[in-house]
Amino acid sequence: MIVIAAVIVSIALLAVVSLGVGEYPISPGRVVATLLGGGDPREALVVHNLRLPRTSLALVAGAALAVAGAVTQTTARNALASPDLLGVTAGAGAGAVAAIVFGGAGGEAIGGLLSLGAPVSALAGGLLAAAVVGVLLRIGGGRGLRPVLLGVAVSAFFSSLTSWMLVEASLDDVERATAWLTGSLSGRGWTEVLTVSITLAAASALLVPVARGLAALQLGPDTARALGTPIPLTVGTLLGASVLLTSVTVSAVGPIGFVALVAPHLASLASRTPRPPLIVSGLFGALILLASDLAARTVIPSFTVPTGAVTALVGAPFLVWLLVRSTRTP
Amino acid sequence: MILRAPDLSEASRGRALRSRTPTRHGALVLLGALVVVAVIAALSLALGSRALDPEVVVHALLSGSINDGSEASAIVLGQRLPRTLIGLTGGAALAVAGAVIQGHTRNPLADPGLLGVTSGASLAVVLAISVVGITTATGYVWFAFAGAGLGTVVVVTIGLAAGRRRDASPAALVLAGAAVSAFLGAVTSLLLLIDVAALDAYRFWSVGSLTGGRGVDTLLVVAPALVVGMVLALIHARSLDALALGDDAARALGRRLLPTRLLGLAIVTMLVGAATAVLGSLGFIGLLVPHIARWISGPGHRLLLPLSAVIGGGLTVAADIVGRLVVAPDELPVGIVLGTIGAPLFVLIVLRSRQGRA
Repeated sequence: MIVIAAVIVSIALLAVVSLGVGEYPISPGRVVATLLGGGDPREALVVHNLRLPRTSLALVAGAALAVAGAVTQTTARNALASPDLLGVTAGAGAGAVAAIVFGGAGGEAIGGLLSLGAPVSALAGGLLAAAVVGVLLRIGGGRGLRPVLLGVAVSAFFSSLTSWMLVEASLDDVERATAWLTGSLSGRGWTEVLTVSITLAAASALLVPVARGLAALQLGPDTARALGTPIPLTVGTLLGASVLLTSVTVSAVGPIGFVALVAPHLASLASRTPRPPLIVSGLFGALILLASDLAARTVIPSFTVPTGAVTALVGAPFLVWLLVRSTRTP
Repeated sequence: MILRAPDLSEASRGRALRSRTPTRHGALVLLGALVVVAVIAALSLALGSRALDPEVVVHALLSGSINDGSEASAIVLGQRLPRTLIGLTGGAALAVAGAVIQGHTRNPLADPGLLGVTSGASLAVVLAISVVGITTATGYVWFAFAGAGLGTVVVVTIGLAAGRRRDASPAALVLAGAAVSAFLGAVTSLLLLIDVAALDAYRFWSVGSLTGGRGVDTLLVVAPALVVGMVLALIHARSLDALALGDDAARALGRRLLPTRLLGLAIVTMLVGAATAVLGSLGFIGLLVPHIARWISGPGHRLLLPLSAVIGGGLTVAADIVGRLVVAPDELPVGIVLGTIGAPLFVLIVLRSRQGRA
């Protein structure tokens, strides 16, 4: 409880600071006033139209990635498991890079088209990769290490396709592709916020009925089966929710790494539970991404670094500190 | 978080415990693998955008000099022999390192790059290109190796400081490694975004390739580390078997955990640092070759390690051959071939394995 409260308070504080930071600085007090409806019209414009979408996107995208990560780690019973393992992120990356490299034979004029093309191709690529893994699991069965190995192989495949395109493409395209592949919250608006929020809500709705199954799965498939959990249905729903969350988020903001891997660990280390609690993981994910975005905007004056490049810079020391502090071997 | 031991099915557990003529059976398997790899290496010398006859290849090898005027010598000795050697040794090193790290962390997803080796090497290379202005692979090698070593030192220090028992337990190592790798990777991405010229040079190094300026001199720089690492790994095999049973069982069997862990980590650093410094980041081999080897040989490390080395070397060279043939006269780098062709092949193996067995 204390943990949840602490995280929520941190998020709120950071959000207010984040809304006040930028080329047109606004003090926290004025930010709150603007949020509550009053305040200077110009400040209201800056806060509501420019910064609120970005901050909201950071919150929901972070939460979505973290929940996906928590679900995957608990289902796979492996500390290194993340939705990337299901091939989704690699597939999305390949889709987006293909759109950038092949979709643009011209230069600036087609740039606008590209920015429409990359997210949609990313979503298609991510879902395609997950579908391939799903089909392979159907064919071969999901015993033992098989899902993990299949996911790794499919990810490797799509990553190589991406590398191939990057090696053959023109430097211009490589720059654009690399920028997308780093993951960023810039240039996104309320559409993205809505898409990710709706997905988060839908996934939560999916996860509520199988929450008990998730807890049972933690005890191992045999015990879970003895407890009456319908394993294929439960695992399918869980992984499906994870794939959905990851694909949509990656197509909105690009592949922002580290949040899905680390937020669940932070959550379980902080709440001292053996498996990552879903809601707390989501909160930690939102916190990490928000803090990363704040750092991305402020660390180099008047230059916005892509947020994806910062998530690890912010999250990693946090994780290390918690690791060193922890008094139990997880 | 529960970390699972490597998949010890009834059949393979039985095999390990029963020890029915392990030495003879194992030696035969190893010999068979060596023969296959020798054939692959020979093919590597003969095949390419210009296929050469066997007699020409042998003549070139025996003449021993690149400058004897014949084109075949230039090709065989100047290009194909170096890349074959690099592929064999680099692939072997990565595969053995993968087996060692999977044994230590008891996690089948563990990849040798986990300890911050690959990300440390990559960051060092980007710094070399961007800050110091080095443009040749021979130049990168020192940086990559140093970066690899530093990365591991940081990870191991954190791993040692974390957790209750302060013995660099697998869980702590894995998480520390993930944190440090991600951190260094983020710094690398940032640098690449700022310096586009560095991005241009880096993308060729990082894709994993046996050419691009790498020659035998690059290999010689890291050869001592490779040799020492391999020898130590083979000696270490017994400890790995004990570790697979769990920390407490290993202690009961008389292993002192901390020195064993540190030795294992040193081995991984030497092998992966050397291989990455020369090849770039080749991710597939370290993670998946140990699984392939384990299917053939079972979980005993005294056979698993040499077999992984042989399979790793052979697979890398085979992928390189494919890369030379598939889009001739152009070439596909090894990393791309391993991912695009190796991954589906691996999927086939996974799907067809253990049909009819539990």
